[in-house]
Amino acid sequence: MTASLRIARATAALAGLFLIALPLLPLAQDNAPPYSVLSRDGRRSIPVVVNGGRELVSVDDLASLFQVTVRGDQLAGGFTLTYKGKTIIASADKPMASVDGRLVALPSPVVQSNRRWLVPVEFISRALGPIYDQRITLRPAARLILVGDLRVAHVAARIDVSGPPTRATFVVTPASKVTASTEGGRVVLRVDADAIEATLPPSATGLIESIHLGDQPDTVIVALTRAAGPARVSASAADNATRITIDVAAAPEARPPVSQSPTPSPQPPAPGGESPAPLQLSGRTMQTIVIDPGHGGDDIGVKGAGGLQEKDIALDVARRVRSLIESRLGLRVILTRDEDKSVSLDERAATANNNKASLLVSIHANGAPSATPSGAEVFYDRLDREGEAARRAAAEQSVSLPIIGGGSRVLEIIPWDLAQARHIETSETLAGVLAEELRKVVPMSQRPRQQAPMRLLSNADMPAALVEMAYLTNGAQEKEAAKDAFKNNVAQAIVNAVARFRSLTEDRETQ
Amino acid sequence: MTTRRLLVAGAVLIAIGLVVWGVGALVTKQPAAAPAVVETTTPTETAHITATLFYASSDGRALVPVKRDVPLASGVVEQGRQILLTEMQAAPAPYIKVIPEGTTLRAFYVTDRGDAFVDLGPEIVRTHPGGSLNELLTVYALVNAVTANLPAVQRVQLLVDGREVDAIAGHVDIRRPLMRDSSLVRERDANQDSKVKSEKE
Repeated sequence: MTASLRIARATAALAGLFLIALPLLPLAQDNAPPYSVLSRDGRRSIPVVVNGGRELVSVDDLASLFQVTVRGDQLAGGFTLTYKGKTIIASADKPMASVDGRLVALPSPVVQSNRRWLVPVEFISRALGPIYDQRITLRPAARLILVGDLRVAHVAARIDVSGPPTRATFVVTPASKVTASTEGGRVVLRVDADAIEATLPPSATGLIESIHLGDQPDTVIVALTRAAGPARVSASAADNATRITIDVAAAPEARPPVSQSPTPSPQPPAPGGESPAPLQLSGRTMQTIVIDPGHGGDDIGVKGAGGLQEKDIALDVARRVRSLIESRLGLRVILTRDEDKSVSLDERAATANNNKASLLVSIHANGAPSATPSGAEVFYDRLDREGEAARRAAAEQSVSLPIIGGGSRVLEIIPWDLAQARHIETSETLAGVLAEELRKVVPMSQRPRQQAPMRLLSNADMPAALVEMAYLTNGAQEKEAAKDAFKNNVAQAIVNAVARFRSLTEDRETQ
Repeated sequence: MTTRRLLVAGAVLIAIGLVVWGVGALVTKQPAAAPAVVETTTPTETAHITATLFYASSDGRALVPVKRDVPLASGVVEQGRQILLTEMQAAPAPYIKVIPEGTTLRAFYVTDRGDAFVDLGPEIVRTHPGGSLNELLTVYALVNAVTANLPAVQRVQLLVDGREVDAIAGHVDIRRPLMRDSSLVRERDANQDSKVKSEKE
């Protein structure tokens, strides 16, 4: 009986201890792969715990990564996060936060566990993002948190041939300069971008042991097996994508060192080369230029206080550009309208596309809500979400067809209304050259080159830019724009820019 | 007898254990100190919210965020309508309104995917003054006003007279939903009042 009583007392004591310890037990949590936080300072990781199927991060980790101040308030059952005078207030078990005075919904409640505050990963973009002084973008699929306006390159890797020789292909979008180096039995691909978003094969075969992201945010590491011999790296460029191919041969006997100087392909961007991504003209030399005089007919565009109409000055300058290009550069020039008539934006783009124009330059005059703004501006297109998707899809779904005489030609599949998607970089170059040439002869605005979602340009299947010559809402500019000297200067600058752009592109193609 | 007493003692212990477990579970399920919901936008007596609206700067070069009182409405859709209707009213000095005078709001709605649709009357096309800058300011004043104040909205599709159109004045592509654009936004001058009361007050 005594022994039984002891057992009973011991059991009761254990039950008591259990009661005391119960509130201190942490929530059931599983670890998940961490998120990578990418910024211009580099790549850091933030641990993630899973609770109830939701991924949570610790507010303390946010404090150290984002330099925010966190103060817990046990009485109120919440915490306050402060950043540069702005605050986020959140309470336990509430799927929301007050962000600088506004309620923001969260996908799951805020949790307190082991005296740590845990918030859903989405808290970073939804709550911290609005008060942070840099853009914060959450990419759950890639487990990335981007801080700031980063140039992110997408790298899609696959192993084509197990071999040996083993062949791996890397498609980098948008087209970027890629530098390859070999060190210690691995090939390091360094992409000219702030960060890489990668689609990598989960396992490797043949002479490639693994493909993974490097410690540096702009590198991909291709680790080779002990049986690997020299690795040959070559690059080719499809529109808006750089394709890197790595061929790994078997070691002849014992494993020799990996080739220290990868053989670059003859085409830019050569790994290790200094040249930027090539300008693309779809393999054509420049033959036809389409000049688009904006507006026309009932659509007069901007009308200055003095009566000057945008549609008239646009057509006038376009005609001057045509005669100068034809006489000086010997190129064929097509105007989308050569009279005062209404032409739809689709018809204008179709004129350029159907004539396989090498360039499209649209000519306009600007208008502002006050008389202050002045100066010329050049626009090129900005892709939206669909445009970016189309560009990636085009790069990934391109079809390589053999052509007579050897080699192959890459056909890309891209929707008509997003044709500009694969010319964005070259259009940016064109806009830059136009702005530089215009600056020599006319006043420029405070933002001489701008990117915006421009309806006409987005359908153009060639490098394309839109020139705003002057503000007709500015009285002095309107008077100036009416003069022949101004119109001749603008026309001459556009022609000079076309000539410079032609030499840039044709130089690239002969490399 | 001894066996009975042991059995009784065991049963009592099990019962105590179950009670302890149950209480513990209840304790963990309930928030330790159930806090009050964080009230951040407590309705004022005049039933307004403070929204960030966008107007052209006095020099006409950029958009400026301006805090204004907007009538409080129930639900995201109705609140969005009120925000847009205020955006279309005259701009507080010294800012400049970038939505053409007489523009009407035909409808406003939000999809489950976070896309808002702003359906404008056809007069916006007829009366727009034209020019790339003017058009960019008009489009992004609307897009930014919606996205800045309604966190549920990620993108804004502008419609004219119930239909998707190419552009309002021939430049800016509005065929697809647009995201917020801060590149045209400039913070107000330091010496300007940060909050401008609604014209109605």
